[in-house]
Amino acid sequence: MAQTVRSAAVTATPATQSDVELRRVVKAFGTEVAVRDLDLTVHQGEFFSILGPSGCGKTTTLRLIAGFETPTAGDVLIQGANVSTVPAHRRPVNTVFQSYALFDHMTVKDNIAFGLKIRRMGSLQVRDRVAEALRLVRMETMAARYPAQLSGGQQQRVALARALVNHPAVMLLDEPLGALDQKLRKQMQVELANLHRQLGITFIMVTHDQEEALSLSDRIAVMNNGQIEQIGTPSDIYDRPRTAFVADFIGDTNLLPGRIDQAYPSQVQVTTDSGLRVLACTASSGGAQTVVVSVRPEKINLSLSAPAAANNCYQGHISHLMYLGTHLHCVVRLGSGETLMVRQPNRAESLGVDTAVYVHWAADDCLVLDPA
Amino acid sequence: MPSRPVTWPSLFTALMYAFMYFPIIVLGAYSFSDSRYSASWGGFSLRWYRALFSDRRLLAALQDSLVIAIVAVAISAVLGTLMAIGLARHRFPGKGLYRGMSYLPLIIPDIAIAVATLVFLASVAVPLSLGTIIAAHMVFCLAYIAVVVSSRIQRLDPNLEEAALDLGATHTQAMLKVLLPQLAPGILAGCLLAFVLSMDDLLISSFTAGGGANPLPIEIFSRVRTGVKPDINALSVMLILGSALLAGLAEYVRYWGDRQRQKI
Repeated sequence: MAQTVRSAAVTATPATQSDVELRRVVKAFGTEVAVRDLDLTVHQGEFFSILGPSGCGKTTTLRLIAGFETPTAGDVLIQGANVSTVPAHRRPVNTVFQSYALFDHMTVKDNIAFGLKIRRMGSLQVRDRVAEALRLVRMETMAARYPAQLSGGQQQRVALARALVNHPAVMLLDEPLGALDQKLRKQMQVELANLHRQLGITFIMVTHDQEEALSLSDRIAVMNNGQIEQIGTPSDIYDRPRTAFVADFIGDTNLLPGRIDQAYPSQVQVTTDSGLRVLACTASSGGAQTVVVSVRPEKINLSLSAPAAANNCYQGHISHLMYLGTHLHCVVRLGSGETLMVRQPNRAESLGVDTAVYVHWAADDCLVLDPA
Repeated sequence: MPSRPVTWPSLFTALMYAFMYFPIIVLGAYSFSDSRYSASWGGFSLRWYRALFSDRRLLAALQDSLVIAIVAVAISAVLGTLMAIGLARHRFPGKGLYRGMSYLPLIIPDIAIAVATLVFLASVAVPLSLGTIIAAHMVFCLAYIAVVVSSRIQRLDPNLEEAALDLGATHTQAMLKVLLPQLAPGILAGCLLAFVLSMDDLLISSFTAGGGANPLPIEIFSRVRTGVKPDINALSVMLILGSALLAGLAEYVRYWGDRQRQKI
């Protein structure tokens, strides 16, 4: 059985070797379905993020790969082998927990050596591997300390070292930077990216922080309600969201519900519920008549005089203005009653609340999506 | 230095402490009295302490008490810890109810436990002995240790065992190498407190002791029925010191265990 599954996996992805594969995986806790019909393939050496709001099933997905949960239905494959029923301690993966879960009664060195000693590795080799891991996370001088004597960022490094010292096929990271403050987070993001590059092994990270996912990942899976909404590269997800949920969750966006009036080869004419006529790009060829138009705030242009734009140009006035240093964040109320978020570079324009403005954007900068 | 005004709350607090500890101080003083009566002063002497340590009957009673407490606590330590782990780490229906029931023996009046144990032992025709006292003491020792260990488990990182499993440890290894060392301060503190409770128990012991066993509290109680002699004063002082020492040790162990987990 395992043999046939393996050959199937190879034929399914002939180009790049898949490291982790979930096939129609369902996980239910009682009547609560945390993960439903999930299909996912993570390639070898990839930095893959699972992104979603809390309660979307992303941590459960990671726990299914780690082996802390067994799927209610479907299969989990690691390096081609079906591990659905293999217990956590015999899977070639290691996890970095959000809470770190360090062993407080052991020194940093013993924490890191734990996995190697459990596998009965010789003491000389253990010493070398631990030293190498300590060097990778730049904690050489802290080997003899106890976790309680370390800062949050240092504990995070120990948790990383404790996982990577085992040379796992896949590193699983559950909100690894969630407990750190903003500045340390940025710094650790860089270090995570460096570690991934140096080790060349597959990283699967769960996060609710879209910025973190966008900046670190090769590919991102956006999850909602136990299902994957979209899988793609960061720019796929940001510039070509497939659903209104993805557009709204990744970055800020203006969502205008409406109906399609007329369809052209790659564009559609939409009349929004408030009566605006918008020309927008369409990604899917779905025949849905009720749609949502998504426009990112930074794609909207703001001007005091009437622009020379033929489409998507409306009059309104500024109802809120937030000064963000590099940018101005405005809320513009249109004549039709709709409000739009607009992000403008901070230029020497005299904008204030109640200033009458024109907003306009290119048809290429807005997308028609299926309603959530 | 300006003197602080005496406030009502501080006065009440002082009075409360006097109320609680004055009798014990008086007892302590009389235990050093060279008088044949327990409540009169006859000059300083250690004669009652000397009498105490040469009293065979008393020492035998102490030995019974120690055997009961040590055996009951040792068995309860293992079972109570497993009980706390089971309650904390497994999902099953009615868990809240079981959790509540686990420390019910601490709330149920001792007399009820004593009578229930006696009636049960009589109904299954088990003769009363040292063994039956140990079994009866295990009821409250078990509950006590389970409560203390439970509270420590709840403050542990919930992913600890999973981290061990993730690193290749089996469930047994995860428990022995990770969970138990982290629970050790809680287990030790629970044991010390249960030990003090067991040494102290009169009611349950007197209902479940046969002719063969005669723990210390029963011996003391039977002696004071014919009037308190000064040697009982000395014995009481020794018991108070012993209990205080153990309770203090238990608190220290708990404090040390918590501090280990905190950032410095």
